[in-house]
Amino acid sequence: MRLLTGNDLKTGAVTWWTGSDWSIHVEDAADVTGSEDETARREEAARRVNAPYAIDAEMQDGVPRPTHIKERVRTLGPTVRPDLTLKPAEPDLGNWVI
Amino acid sequence: MAELLRYRDDETVDHPAVTVDAFLDQSNASAVRIEPGDDARDLLPHLERLALVEVNFPAFGDGRGYSSARILREAGYDGELRAVGDVLVDQLAYMRRCGFDAFEPDQQLDKDDVQAAFERWPEVYQSAADDRTPIWTKRHA
Amino acid sequence: MYKYDQYDQAMVDARVEEFRDQARRRLEGKLTEDQFKPLRLMNGLYLQLHAYMLRVAIPYGTLDSRQMHALADIADKYDRGYGHFTTRQNIQYNWIKLEDAADILADLSKVEMHAIQTSGNCIRNISSDHFAGAAADEVVDPRPYAELLRQWSSFHPEFSYLPRKFKIAVIASDTDRAAMRLHDIGINIVRNDAGELGAAFYVGGGMGRTPMIAPCINDFVPLDRLVTYAEACLRVYNRYGRRDNKYKARIKILVHELGAEEYTRQVEEEFTLLLDQGVEPPFAELERVRTFFEDPLFEADASPDIDRSDPDFALWVDRNTVAHKADGYVSAVISLKPVGGIPGDATAEQMRLMADLAKDYSFDELRVMHTQNIVLPHVRKADLHALWTALDEAGLGAPNLDTVEDIIACPGLDYCSLANARSIPVAQRISERFAKTGKTETLGQLKLKISGCINACGHHHAGHIGILGVDRKGVENYQLLLGGSEAEDVSLAKITGPGFDEHGIVDAVETVTTVYEREREDGERFLDTYRRIGMNPFKEALYG
Repeated sequence: MRLLTGNDLKTGAVTWWTGSDWSIHVEDAADVTGSEDETARREEAARRVNAPYAIDAEMQDGVPRPTHIKERVRTLGPTVRPDLTLKPAEPDLGNWVI
Repeated sequence: MAELLRYRDDETVDHPAVTVDAFLDQSNASAVRIEPGDDARDLLPHLERLALVEVNFPAFGDGRGYSSARILREAGYDGELRAVGDVLVDQLAYMRRCGFDAFEPDQQLDKDDVQAAFERWPEVYQSAADDRTPIWTKRHA
Repeated sequence: MYKYDQYDQAMVDARVEEFRDQARRRLEGKLTEDQFKPLRLMNGLYLQLHAYMLRVAIPYGTLDSRQMHALADIADKYDRGYGHFTTRQNIQYNWIKLEDAADILADLSKVEMHAIQTSGNCIRNISSDHFAGAAADEVVDPRPYAELLRQWSSFHPEFSYLPRKFKIAVIASDTDRAAMRLHDIGINIVRNDAGELGAAFYVGGGMGRTPMIAPCINDFVPLDRLVTYAEACLRVYNRYGRRDNKYKARIKILVHELGAEEYTRQVEEEFTLLLDQGVEPPFAELERVRTFFEDPLFEADASPDIDRSDPDFALWVDRNTVAHKADGYVSAVISLKPVGGIPGDATAEQMRLMADLAKDYSFDELRVMHTQNIVLPHVRKADLHALWTALDEAGLGAPNLDTVEDIIACPGLDYCSLANARSIPVAQRISERFAKTGKTETLGQLKLKISGCINACGHHHAGHIGILGVDRKGVENYQLLLGGSEAEDVSLAKITGPGFDEHGIVDAVETVTTVYEREREDGERFLDTYRRIGMNPFKEALYG
C-alpha cells in the first residue's frame, strides 16, 4: 500500500493523510494508491501540509507499517528517546521501528 | 512580465539587450544581457557605450549575478544595472547593495513587501557597491 | 567576551523582524516552500525527521552564563527540555514550531544571540579554538579575527547565494583544535620572523562525500588585508564554483579542479583589484574588537596545588583539564559523553548548572568544543574539586576527554532527514562496551567519530577510528575507517573493508583496539600505531 506523509506547515509535526484530513498517527493513514500526486498537490497548495510525499507500507496487525526504516523512525520518534516518542509507554515499540 | 522597478532619474533605455557575445561583436549596441556563466569583465573595455546592463537570474538561488553587478560597479559603470528573471522580494536589498538599480522580476512583487525590503536594514556591516557607510567605519568616524 | 553595541543589536533585531515577516508570508501563502526554504535555512531553521529544527549560532564557540541560561530557557519554553551541541560549536533544538521561530529569535536577540547563517548556501558561523584566550601555546587569541569575519560575513550582499555552504575556522596556534584544514577556509594567525602577525590561508578543505585537506594558498596575509583577502577567496568561488551538481559545488572541488596554484592566482588577481575598493575595515576596528578579548584578572598568586587524595577526582583532573597560560589555572572540560548517553545532548537543567559554574569558577565564560563538550576556560586549580563535585552530582563528571568514550556523533537517523543510519545508538553501545571492559583508560587518546551518512557531520573521515552509517537495502550498515585526524597532523581515514551491522560494528571497534594493544610501542597512540604498521594487521583481525 501507499501512504501520503508530510509535515504540518506550522508545527512541523509528522502527519499522515487519512483520506479526508491529516493525522499524526500512522494508524489513521489511508491507502493513497492512485491518488497520491493529486492529493499531495492539492493539500500542499492549501498549506495544510509541507513537502508531502508518498511511501510504501504494508499492513501489519491492522496497522500500516512503512517499508523503510527512516519512515518508521519518523512515524514514532527518535529510538534513543523513547520518552519523546508518540507512544512512550509501549516498551516493545523498538521492535516495530527497527 | 511584471512591472519594472527602477530607482534612477534618467530615461529608461528602450534598446533590446543583446547577449554578451553579440555585444562584443556589434559596435553600436548599448544594452547587454549577462547570463550567469558570462564574465562581466569582458564588458569592461566597452563601458562608455553601455547604457543598460541586464543581469539574468534564471533561478533565484544562482548568485553569480551578484558578483557580476559588483564587478561592473567597481569598474566604474554608472548606467542602469537591471536584475531580471527569478528575482524575489527577499533578495532586493542585497541586490541593491551589489549595485542593481532596476528590477524586472518574472513575478509581480507586492508593493508593500518591496518597500519593507528596502527599509529593512538600518545599517550595513560591510562595504559593497552602494554608498552606504559600513558600521565599522561609523564606529571610528 | 565580545559585547554588542547599538549597531550589532539593531542588525540582529532587524533580522528577527525580517524573519517574522518571511514566516508570516509563508503561512499566508505568499511564499512557496521552495522560495521560503533558503530564507528559513539562513535563519537556522531546518525541516527534520520529526519537526522543524533550529540551529543557534554560538560565534567561535564562546558564550557567557546569561546566554547559556537563555539557551536553557528556550529548551524549556519552546522545545522538550534539552538541546544538542554540534560539531560546529553551535546548539540545535529538535522540536521547534515554525510559528514560534521568530519569537525564539527575539528571545535570543535579548542576550546578543541569533541563528543567522547557521545554515544555507552562505558563510556560516565562524568557528575557532575552544581554548582560545586560555591555551598555553597560542600565538594570540584568534577570536578577534573570527569576530571581524563574523561582521564581514553577516548579511553579505554578494555571498548569500553561494554554490554551497561555506565554513570558516580561525585558530592561532600550531596545535589545531578546530579541524582548521577541514574547512572551506582555515585561517591560522601566525607571527613572522619580523614579529608581525598575519594570517595563513588554507582553502578548499572539507569532509562530506569528497574529503579533502585544504592546501595553504598564502602563508602570510597582513592583518590589515584580512577581510579583503577573504572577500577575494569568496568572489572567485561565487563566480566559478560549480552549480551544475550540488555534490560538486563546495569550494574544495573548485580548488581541486583548478589546482591550488591556479585558484591562488585568481584570488591574488581579484585581491589586487579589491584593494582599491575600500573593503577592509579600519584597523581601529580590529583594535576595538581586541579589547573585548583581553585576559580576565587572573590571580597572580593562584595556588598550583591540587589535592589529589580522592582518586575519582584525580582521574577527572588528569583526563579533563588542560594546561592554561596563567599559573594556577586550567581549562576544565565538561564531558557531554556520559557512558551510554547521547553525545552532545544537555538538558536545560544541565545547561543552567554549567552556566552557574561558569559564573562561579570561570570568569562567567563557557566554550563549546567541536567535539560536543563544554569548556570552562579559566578555572583556578584551587576550585577544581568544588567544580568537579558539582558536575559529578549532575551526571556531568565523566572523566573521558579524548578517550574512546568521547565520541563525536551526528544526530543520525534518529533525528536527521538526510541520514541513512542511526549514529547515536552505536555511540552508546561503544561507550558502554569500553566502560564495561575497563579499557577506556588504557587505550589513551583515541578519537572515535560517527556519521550517519556520507555528509560526514560526525567527522568520520577525521577519526582515529571512524564509522560511517550507510543504507544497505533498507538495513543499517556501518563501515569502519581508520587513521584519520582533524588535528595538526591532519589525515583522512581509510575504509577497512566490508561493513558491519549495528552489533558487529561494536565488536569491530573492540577488535581494532585489541590489535593496537598488541602492537603498540611505548607512548604510541592508536593513531601512531596505525600509521606505523598500516592497515593490514587490522584487516586481518577484522576479516581473517
